[in-house]
Amino acid sequence: MLGQEEAELARQWTGRIRRRLVDALPPDKLLPDRQPSYLSSWIYIFGALTIGGLALVILTGTVLALEGPQWWHVSSIGLFVNSMHLWSVEFFFFFMVIHLWGKFFMAAWRGNRQLTWMTGVVTFFFSIGAGFTGYVSQTNFDSQWIATQAKDGINATGAGAFVNALNFGQMLMWHIVLLPAAVVALTGLHILMVRHKGIVTPIEVNGTKVPHQGAQSESDRS
Amino acid sequence: MTVSFLAALINLDKPGVFLHWGVIQISLANVIVIGLMVAVFLLAIFIPFDRKSRRR
Repeated sequence: MLGQEEAELARQWTGRIRRRLVDALPPDKLLPDRQPSYLSSWIYIFGALTIGGLALVILTGTVLALEGPQWWHVSSIGLFVNSMHLWSVEFFFFFMVIHLWGKFFMAAWRGNRQLTWMTGVVTFFFSIGAGFTGYVSQTNFDSQWIATQAKDGINATGAGAFVNALNFGQMLMWHIVLLPAAVVALTGLHILMVRHKGIVTPIEVNGTKVPHQGAQSESDRS
Repeated sequence: MTVSFLAALINLDKPGVFLHWGVIQISLANVIVIGLMVAVFLLAIFIPFDRKSRRR
C-alpha cells in the first residue's frame, strides 16, 4: 500500500519537476561555499558588479515611480534620486561591457555554455532598450528631442509599426514594466546558467583539465 | 562646496563637444567613458588578486 502511494507520488508532475531542478542545481552548486582557484583575478568580479548596478537601478527606479515626475524634477531629494538612477545605469553598463570583454576574450561559451553566453547577449540588448526608453521617459525637453530624433531611426528599421518613441505612455510602460521584467528575468536565468554549468576555465589551462566548479579535486581545494 | 567646485571644474551647461575623424563622429564624453572602460579592463587583468585574504 505504502509502495503504491510512493509510486503515485513519484509520478506527480510536482515531484518530477522538483527532482529535475534539484538534479540540475543541487543547493551546494546553486550557492557554493568555495570557488575554483582560477577565479583569483579581478576580471571575474564584473558580473557581480553588474548585478549590483542593476539592483541600484531597480531600487532608485522604484522610488522615482513612487514619487513621480514633478518630484524628481523639482525637489532636491528627487533630483538626487534621479541622478542616482542615471549614474547607477552608467555603472551598470560600464561593468557589463567590461564583463562582456572579459568573457569574450576567455571564450566563455566553451564547454557547452552557449545558452549562458546567449542569455547574456539578449540581456545586453534588452538593457539597451531599457536605457533608451528611460531617456524618452524623463519628461523634459531632452526626452522630447531624443524621441523625435529616434522615431526616424526606429521607422527606418521597420519596427515603427510596433514601437513609437513619440508615444509617451507606451515608452513609460516599456521602461517601468516590460523591459525591467525582461532584464531581471534574463539576468536571473543567466546567473542560474552560470551556476549550473560552472564558471569557464581559463584558455591556457583548458587542456590540463582545470577542475570545474562543484567537481573540485583535492589539489584544487588546498 | 564640493559640488560647486566640481560644477566649476566641469561645466555641463553647454552643448557637448564632438570629435570628428572622417565619417566617425563621437562625443568627447563617450570617448572618455570608453577610455575608462579600457583602463579598468586592463587594470583588472594586470593587478594581482589578493589570494591570501580572499581565497585559499
